[in-house]
Amino acid sequence: MTSGLIFAGAGAALFAMGVAGVLLIEHLLRRILAFNLMGSGAFLVLVGLAQHHDAPDPVPQAMVLTGIVVAVAATALALALVRRLHGLTGSLELPEAEDD
Amino acid sequence: MIDPLAWLILLPLAWATLAFLLGPGRGAWLGIGGLAGQLWLAVGLAQKVGAGGRAIGHSVGGWGAPLGIDLAADGLSTAMLLLTQIVALPLAIYARAYFKADDPAGLYFWPLTGFLLAGLNALFLSADLFNLYVTLELVGLAAVGLVSAGGGAQQIAAALRYLFATLIGSGAYLLGVALIYGAYGTVSIGTLLPLITAEAPRLVWIAGGLMVLGLMLKTALFPFHFWLPPAHGGAPAPVSALLSALVVKASFYLILRLWLGPFAALADTAASLTALLGAAAILWGSYRAIRVQRLKMLIAYSTVAQLGYLFLIFPLLSGAGALQAGVMQAFAHGLAKAAMFAAAGVLIKATGQDRVDGLAGAAERLPLTLFAFGLAGVTLMGLPPSAGFLAKWQLIEAALAQGQWLIVAVVLAGGLLAAVYVFRVLRQAFLLAPASRDIWPVPRTLEWTAFALAAMSVLLGLRGLELMQLLRAGGAA
Repeated sequence: MTSGLIFAGAGAALFAMGVAGVLLIEHLLRRILAFNLMGSGAFLVLVGLAQHHDAPDPVPQAMVLTGIVVAVAATALALALVRRLHGLTGSLELPEAEDD
Repeated sequence: MIDPLAWLILLPLAWATLAFLLGPGRGAWLGIGGLAGQLWLAVGLAQKVGAGGRAIGHSVGGWGAPLGIDLAADGLSTAMLLLTQIVALPLAIYARAYFKADDPAGLYFWPLTGFLLAGLNALFLSADLFNLYVTLELVGLAAVGLVSAGGGAQQIAAALRYLFATLIGSGAYLLGVALIYGAYGTVSIGTLLPLITAEAPRLVWIAGGLMVLGLMLKTALFPFHFWLPPAHGGAPAPVSALLSALVVKASFYLILRLWLGPFAALADTAASLTALLGAAAILWGSYRAIRVQRLKMLIAYSTVAQLGYLFLIFPLLSGAGALQAGVMQAFAHGLAKAAMFAAAGVLIKATGQDRVDGLAGAAERLPLTLFAFGLAGVTLMGLPPSAGFLAKWQLIEAALAQGQWLIVAVVLAGGLLAAVYVFRVLRQAFLLAPASRDIWPVPRTLEWTAFALAAMSVLLGLRGLELMQLLRAGGAA
């Protein structure tokens, strides 16, 4: 088992944990952290799997940099929304949905 | 010579940035002018692609793949570009009249809409899987911003639910892209096309499954639709219209693109299941639309149902006509749903509330709006000569040719159910108003743009042939 595969395996595990966190955790800040864990997992797979040749591959690294920018933007938006929700309701959990 | 591919992305980016610099609530005319330019570019591109009969490419900055970014427009992407600009221009005119100068919901409408459109156009033009991921995120983030603008706690909560759903969807897509890159060392759709065969390693199957599943979540296919009704039903009317008409179609387009392109060898296994989910979406979405109390929630659940039709085409794609039916349905629903949300915005402004029960008297005072709502309903039900009729007719024809009776039955049942929820609204609106009832005047522009969108959704049925011919360009069909 090469180091690339270990990275990829760890990435897949992180991704799964992150998804579980986003789906199951009620507390919104922890949910945002879980989303970041999920993103990091995907980035690790991207860099790790591409390393099965000896020379490091620059293309996935460029992709991961782009992905990090996207993840930061998404996190900022999520934090702004959570802050607004906290200001309106005083709570860090989502209120029950009105479904009609 | 202006390259339409690059300018279709640059122009909305430019006017969105300018509108942001002008300050909150400004930039409406910039947006409308920019959109008129985009429509002109899209029509020019459609003529060029239709006449040439093949895809047009563009390498951004003169750097082609694998180092640079390639853009490509074939018949399918040109059709989606056309739909986007055709729907967005009337909605921009509508939005200018809809948002009052100090309306908190409209403060950042123009920059966010510009970024949304730039993301959508870039998505339809991207030719590699990673660039598609970036555009998906651009569209998702701009859409969440639009949903949350100026809202109360319920609306912010809806925006957050939407944000988490869309992030999980694009996260799954990104993991799939990572696996594909690990297996083949490329993300260019053109290069992957001959590489992925039915004997592909299991990793590639997992990647395909992750990507399609993530995109289904973003398209709000049943049972992943939970985030859509509160987000689309809670946003201001022009935003709901943009989201229901265009944004959900973007991830559908991507599924279709992958299904017909790189994953064609793998896709057959999932086709029946996808159609089954589509059928469930039609029945459940329609049932909820018949039951809910609020007008915009009714329209949002109708979106869930109408999206189901798009997924019925997947088992039929090997035969003729299925792709055409899907794209025609995307057009029909895009125009009709934009019209319906626009009309609902007028009704809500005029009656000061958004319950279906409270619409009594609206037909008397706002006949044009009700007419627009009715025309959009004609398209959703699939009555001739509307585009919805053409879409459903082609779908039934393709299903009959392949002996898929269940699909025929679901399409027919869906039309009847749509009639029930459309007439539920019309019946209330035609009741006489109680004497105490106030109906506030609304700007005429709002009524006329809603009507124009609805009229287009019906009249497109007469111009379906051109659209079909466009789709043949570039080998997508």
